[in-house]
Amino acid sequence: MIRATLKSLAARKLRLAMSAFAIVLGVAFVVGSYVFTDTIDKTFEDIFGGLSSDVVVRPELPVEADFVSGFNPGTTTTIPAELVDRIAELPGVERADGEIENQSMFVLDTDGEPVTSQGAPGIAVNWHDGPSADGSQVLELIDGRVPEGEGEVALDDRTFDEAGYAIGDTVRFVSTGDTPQVSAELVGVMRFGESGSLAGASLSVFDTQTAQELFLDGENAYTRVAVTTTDDADTEQVRDEIAGILPDGFESITGAEVDEETATAIEEGLSFFNTFLLVFAAIALFVGVFLILNTFSILVAQRSQEMALLRALGAERRQVTRSVLVEAFIVGIVGSTAGLALGIGVAQLLKVVFGAFGLELGEGLVVQARTVLVGYVVGVLVTMIAAFVPARRAARVPPVAAMRDDVVLPESSRHTRTGFGSALVLVGAAAMLIGLFADVGRAALIVGVGILAVFVGVAMLAPIISVPVIRVLAGWYPSVFGTVGRLARENALRNPRRTAATASALMIGMALVAAISIIGASANESVDRALDDGVRAELVVSNAVGQPFSPAIATAAAQVDGVAQTVSVRAAPGLVNGETTYLQAFDPEAFDQAAKLDIVSGSGDIDDGGVLVSEETAEAEGLGVGDSVQLTLPSLDEPVEIVGVYAESPLLFGGYITSQRTLENGGVPPVDSLVYIVLEDGADVSAVQDELNEVTADIPTVTVQDQQEYKQQSRDQVNQLLFLVYALLGLAVLIAVLGIVNTLALSVMERTREVGLLRAVGMSRRQLRTTVRLESVAIAVLGAVLGIALGLVFGVALQQAVADEGLDILAVPGGRLAVFVVLAAVVGVLAAVWPARRAAKLDILRAITTE
Amino acid sequence: MNDLEAPPAAARAVDLAKVYGTGDTQVVALGGVTVEFAAGRYTAIMGPSGSGKSTLMHCMAALDSATAGQVYVGDTELTQLGDKQLTRLRRDKIGFVFQAYNLVPTLNARENITLPLDIAGRDLDQSWFDTVISTVGLGDRLDHKPNELSGGQQQRVACARALVSKPEIIFADEPTGNLDSRSGIEVLSFLRRSVREFGQTIVMVTHDPAAAAYADRVLFLSDGVIVDEMMEPTAERVLERMKGFDGLQQVPEAG
Ligand SMILES: Nc1ncnc2c1ncn2[C@@H]1O[C@H](COP(=O)(O)OP(=O)(O)O)[C@@H](O)[C@H]1O
Ligand SMILES: [Mg+2]
Repeated sequence: MIRATLKSLAARKLRLAMSAFAIVLGVAFVVGSYVFTDTIDKTFEDIFGGLSSDVVVRPELPVEADFVSGFNPGTTTTIPAELVDRIAELPGVERADGEIENQSMFVLDTDGEPVTSQGAPGIAVNWHDGPSADGSQVLELIDGRVPEGEGEVALDDRTFDEAGYAIGDTVRFVSTGDTPQVSAELVGVMRFGESGSLAGASLSVFDTQTAQELFLDGENAYTRVAVTTTDDADTEQVRDEIAGILPDGFESITGAEVDEETATAIEEGLSFFNTFLLVFAAIALFVGVFLILNTFSILVAQRSQEMALLRALGAERRQVTRSVLVEAFIVGIVGSTAGLALGIGVAQLLKVVFGAFGLELGEGLVVQARTVLVGYVVGVLVTMIAAFVPARRAARVPPVAAMRDDVVLPESSRHTRTGFGSALVLVGAAAMLIGLFADVGRAALIVGVGILAVFVGVAMLAPIISVPVIRVLAGWYPSVFGTVGRLARENALRNPRRTAATASALMIGMALVAAISIIGASANESVDRALDDGVRAELVVSNAVGQPFSPAIATAAAQVDGVAQTVSVRAAPGLVNGETTYLQAFDPEAFDQAAKLDIVSGSGDIDDGGVLVSEETAEAEGLGVGDSVQLTLPSLDEPVEIVGVYAESPLLFGGYITSQRTLENGGVPPVDSLVYIVLEDGADVSAVQDELNEVTADIPTVTVQDQQEYKQQSRDQVNQLLFLVYALLGLAVLIAVLGIVNTLALSVMERTREVGLLRAVGMSRRQLRTTVRLESVAIAVLGAVLGIALGLVFGVALQQAVADEGLDILAVPGGRLAVFVVLAAVVGVLAAVWPARRAAKLDILRAITTE
Repeated sequence: MNDLEAPPAAARAVDLAKVYGTGDTQVVALGGVTVEFAAGRYTAIMGPSGSGKSTLMHCMAALDSATAGQVYVGDTELTQLGDKQLTRLRRDKIGFVFQAYNLVPTLNARENITLPLDIAGRDLDQSWFDTVISTVGLGDRLDHKPNELSGGQQQRVACARALVSKPEIIFADEPTGNLDSRSGIEVLSFLRRSVREFGQTIVMVTHDPAAAAYADRVLFLSDGVIVDEMMEPTAERVLERMKGFDGLQQVPEAG
């Protein structure tokens, strides 16, 4: 039996290769996601691991330090120099070096553009030569000398290469400090760690005093202390000893502990990214299931006679089932292996792309045993599951079929299918609604499973739905294309199950694309409306990638003629009642001049340390005016009172508003994320904008925009995200297209004799190709129409579910959806290229003499 | 040969040879056949299995290319033509009836019959269509799909299809091979009538002496060459003649 299986496998190389291709793509995506995130993970670990000295002293971070660790150390608490000296005197301490670190010192290149992009930090540190825990120097001087005095700086070698300065040149920076423009003479080039990679960040090194001037207002203090122990000292003992002399608000931990903490934070930060990629991998595999299921169904149908013969010769049902499953297993193994290789290639490609965008990753790729294992398990399992139904059906071929030449495989009854499919759709829809609208845990998972159930349900119903739909979609074929059109229409209707399964694969991708489009359009529309209705300020100063900027900009802007008022908005992560959230900080009264702030209860008076809560959050958390919440910031952990509740708006994110003073008290650096500019009555908007542009000319990280431009920027951001998701869903669509190719190719083979007959009675190759093409277009458009119909339902449901959170306007991008249908038709034409050519190339004689 | 009083040829072959494969596996299917098929005549081709009957048909009908020699359909020489011209020739000048699988399963009888015209985008001559239909006797079956028709009916649809485009010549390769004798007789008499009443030219391969008796003339093929011919055949004479051939001792199979 096994030998027969292997033989038949070899005889169907091409067809199986195509179904294996679905597995290859799906597995490649899974493997690529893992390899890529593991590689990023390792890059960051290489950067941050082993950096710390034996013992580190730093301001104590309240509760979960996550929200301020990693790339976002937004604290202003400092360690006085005198404390560093005292630590250095302790027994077991060889040396203690005060360190200053800032993350917002952006290097401008020789053209005045920021070197770092996409939100990567501009790190600045003070120079000292204390070693890290393993005795190595973190910074190695590779050219010039170390910075020694005021106005001197050294850059890391990658930034040096990119910025285009030479030693002796004046390097310009933009900082978030009081003086946004800084410049210094380049005196040296340093290499960071072994690889020099900083994952896209830049590193500027100043001497201690300059760093203190720049970042600590000249205070003789530090943000951290690196302690090196003597060779014979016990690190933990030294740590505890230091802890003994530290005042409240500071902590002493070993370098190993810091490394571990950093590693955890990195992993958590990346897990979202990995999950995001894996979701798309899952979608691709899900679509792949349809392709494989369909391929195996067709292959089994074509081989039913062979199977019947095996049965007639005494093979048991189980053996027939097994032979199909063994075939699936082998296809799964082969597909997974190729997928593994391709996945590694994909990861390499992503790495190159990220590198091109400035996020340089470390050398090599990280392929863990886990990745390989998951790749194979997923690939083989998915193939076997997809082949199970056809395998069962194969076993039901009656032995007598071997004697007849028109075998009709027993199919599950229409009734069972309809019943089961409808039930799945209902259950799935219910799950979706519960997940979206009810207050339940793991809502995303419930919605996901619901959508999955709806997809499977609709796919089961599709053979029934597809017949009338195709009749309509392809109804015009005969009148335009004559017999060729009639043949194409009839071919599409010939095997509704096959047509439906093929179209269903495309339906899934299309449904997701349509739903996302609706959400994107609704977001754009809602933001537009909010800006139209809510923003009174004529101009907005902002940073495209969300990088905060110096408050000096707002101050300077206020001096410009025609400016009546500037309203700065700040934001910072923090904990409210122990949960991480984004806090926005501004003066509600001033804000109201610039943009709409609707206080629905209580007052907007937060000057005395109170907070405002959004209506939605208040409802979800059961909070009201007068209640108090525990607010945790880097150097603050205390209950604060809710003084008012405000109405949700897309202009306001997070759920809480505090005063800027509260943030500053909490140790959050005073940086603005947005400044609204309200003009005096009668002021000329473009004249003021020109002047403001001049004021901010030296600070390329910010832009001054009028309302239209600001709207466009927020639209661009939404669209960018949309296109990223489209690109990722494109993979699912690609697999679906392969499915169409496969089905058509198999159908053409199945119809060899018919094709021969048509050619014999005078059908030209071109007409034959048109027939195949039209059938393909019918299938593709069927998939697109079903998908967009489902996508509309999903999109509207999603929008309704988040309507309270600012996405209050439903927008259905009709034009774009129509474009998708047209694209589907184009896809149909493309998918038909190869099968049509095969059909046209069929040797007529061979075709009509084929048994 | 007896061709002095014969009408002009609808198709002819001159030294037609067809060789399959090369070297050791080489098979000479046709070893230089020169033959004429007179217009308005019904010719049967007989011979043992593997003697090259189908190959001759295929080469004459622009379905296969000759290795050597020439083939003419009307005045057109086929060996010089490209695929497009051959396709057009088949569509406009040649009709086919095969042994099996003669109809497109997704089209009904009427659509199958008009298929060559539809493909060509030619208008249907309705009165001719009606004449053909009434001759085949399919009037009430025109809207049925092939799987709703009996084998004999299907073959009559195939014959009607071959006739309706008024081709210069119809080739039929064992058209009754898959039919029971009654259906076979229906098809054969229909072909006979279309020659007599409409002046259609037909060439038919058969291994059944009774079927050959419907023809005006029988050609005997053996090992790729024409070995004999008979005018105004009857079943008895054909059977008698076949017994005379060594190669025909065993009853030939379909092929
Ligand atoms: N495509 C082919 N390749 C090789 N040999 C072939 C091919 N088609 C036919 N033949 C050989 O040519 C000879 C004549 O075949 P055919 O014309 O089909 O015979 P008939 O129809 O008289 O039974 C046979 O020996 C056959 O094996
Ligand atoms: Mg033959």
